[in-house]
Amino acid sequence: MKYLVCISKAPDTTTKITFTEGETKFNETGVQFIVNPYDEWYALVRALELKEKFGGSVTIINVGQPDCDPILRKALAIGADEAIRINAADNDAFFVANQISNYAKENSFDVILTGKETINYNGSQIGGMVAGLLDFPFISLATNLEMEGNTATIERDIQGGVEVISVDTPFVLSAAKGMAEQRIPNMRGIMAARTKPLKVVEPINSDSLTQVKTYSLPAEKGQVKLIDPENTDELVNLLHNEVKVI
Amino acid sequence: MSVLIFADSFNGKIVKSAHEAISYGSKIAQDKGTESIVLTYGEVSEGDLAELGKNGASKVLHCSTVNQMLPNSLLKLVEGAVSKTNADVVIFSFDNTGKTVAPMLSAKLKAGLVPGVIDYPSSFEPFTVKKNVFSGKAFADYTISTEIKIVSLLPNSVEVKSEGQAATVEAFNPDLGDNRITIKEIKAESSDGEILLPEAELVVSAGRGLKGPENWGMVEELAKLLGAGTACSRPVADIGWRPHHEHVGQTGVAIRPNLYIAIGISGAIQHLAGVNGSKVIVVINKDPEAPFFKAADYGIVGDAFEVVPRLLESVKKFKAAS
Repeated sequence: MKYLVCISKAPDTTTKITFTEGETKFNETGVQFIVNPYDEWYALVRALELKEKFGGSVTIINVGQPDCDPILRKALAIGADEAIRINAADNDAFFVANQISNYAKENSFDVILTGKETINYNGSQIGGMVAGLLDFPFISLATNLEMEGNTATIERDIQGGVEVISVDTPFVLSAAKGMAEQRIPNMRGIMAARTKPLKVVEPINSDSLTQVKTYSLPAEKGQVKLIDPENTDELVNLLHNEVKVI
Repeated sequence: MSVLIFADSFNGKIVKSAHEAISYGSKIAQDKGTESIVLTYGEVSEGDLAELGKNGASKVLHCSTVNQMLPNSLLKLVEGAVSKTNADVVIFSFDNTGKTVAPMLSAKLKAGLVPGVIDYPSSFEPFTVKKNVFSGKAFADYTISTEIKIVSLLPNSVEVKSEGQAATVEAFNPDLGDNRITIKEIKAESSDGEILLPEAELVVSAGRGLKGPENWGMVEELAKLLGAGTACSRPVADIGWRPHHEHVGQTGVAIRPNLYIAIGISGAIQHLAGVNGSKVIVVINKDPEAPFFKAADYGIVGDAFEVVPRLLESVKKFKAAS
């Protein structure tokens, strides 16, 4: 079984977000970057578990510039066999998905996994777009993946419950919480990652379909109105009469 | 030209977020001077379909040959409807179905998608919409440069319209091809009548300050009294005090209810990211230095085990009087 896991670079979850160049660019100064948690904790780790159980290979793919190499090494240290970096800025979701699907088409994979979304753009787009471009089935928000031969049994989140589905390879899946547990790379993994292949591939020509025009930050909250803990009637009164939410 | 709105259904009912999407798409159609057409599927009654006119739809296309969320079949269905209606704007909800079908459609049609928009377009030329980015810590205004524009709407972002005329209903059953996925089982996790988090207008949430799962009774009671959903912080879900689907925050569910009451949650930046779209935030915490107070509209500094029972009494009095 050949697994392809899509990896995105994301700012550490504690990052304070600011923008530069007239609010058109994310300010990366001083920001610590990590592997997007959904890609790492859930998609990558589950692919590794299945490979360890049944054999096969796990390739990770990223569309990004050389500053993404450290996070690819991290993913290799966790256990991926090889890394592919498509050498381009991640212009928009379609551009990224087009690069990934092109590579996947030329190198035929059985299972393509992404995280359910990135924590920077929160779009939930790449998996569905790659599936659309390759004409593969797409299973989103999966919380469990079991393989038996070429058939997968997958649990996915739906509103108020879980749906159990079965699908044959090849397919694309986006992974949500529950799929696997985070793995901390050990020293052997970190040493091994240094010599694992990290191939840089030039991008294909592709359109971008959307553009970010400007970023903005939420308005600062006014001072909190403190209410006497003895006087919860006052809170109910304010919620009803002042902000009218109850 | 038209605005096509995909309305999801589940167990024969149009889902709540679909009414918001129809209201949203119909307003766009009105502003552009085009028709707003709804596409839906499943065993939905004729009456419920015509009712969608109240949300602003003039016509409803209904497919009865699929009644489950089969991504490839629904993709074919929407593709067929886009070409039939000559739609130049396609609206989804940013829910589990929209997160599946919209990106597939975007790739198929090479039509730009902005997922999870929170407001009406600020301009049609160029088509510009706002969405949350960085897990709710910021917003981005996106432009879509393709002829067909696809957006999916974050639940609880717009008011539902309910004053329109009944819509005309038309059967629409194109060839949906092979769906390639078999749904073997659907397991309900929520009990009947439980308010589902992403849709909840009021949410009562609690964290480690409650000291143990046995103390959630008062949280559930408060939620029930208010007609609110219940939520929790990540540590509480991770140690198994509460089910994972209640975890709100950066790596859990992102919500934007009208009212979010946080009890015994300190307000780490990752938690705030998932809830700071809430219109009103109330924080109850015994630590006056808890960072959550900086993000709150109303705060009570006090012990949850004293404040919450008192608040319950106040709400009961209010409910009895109203």
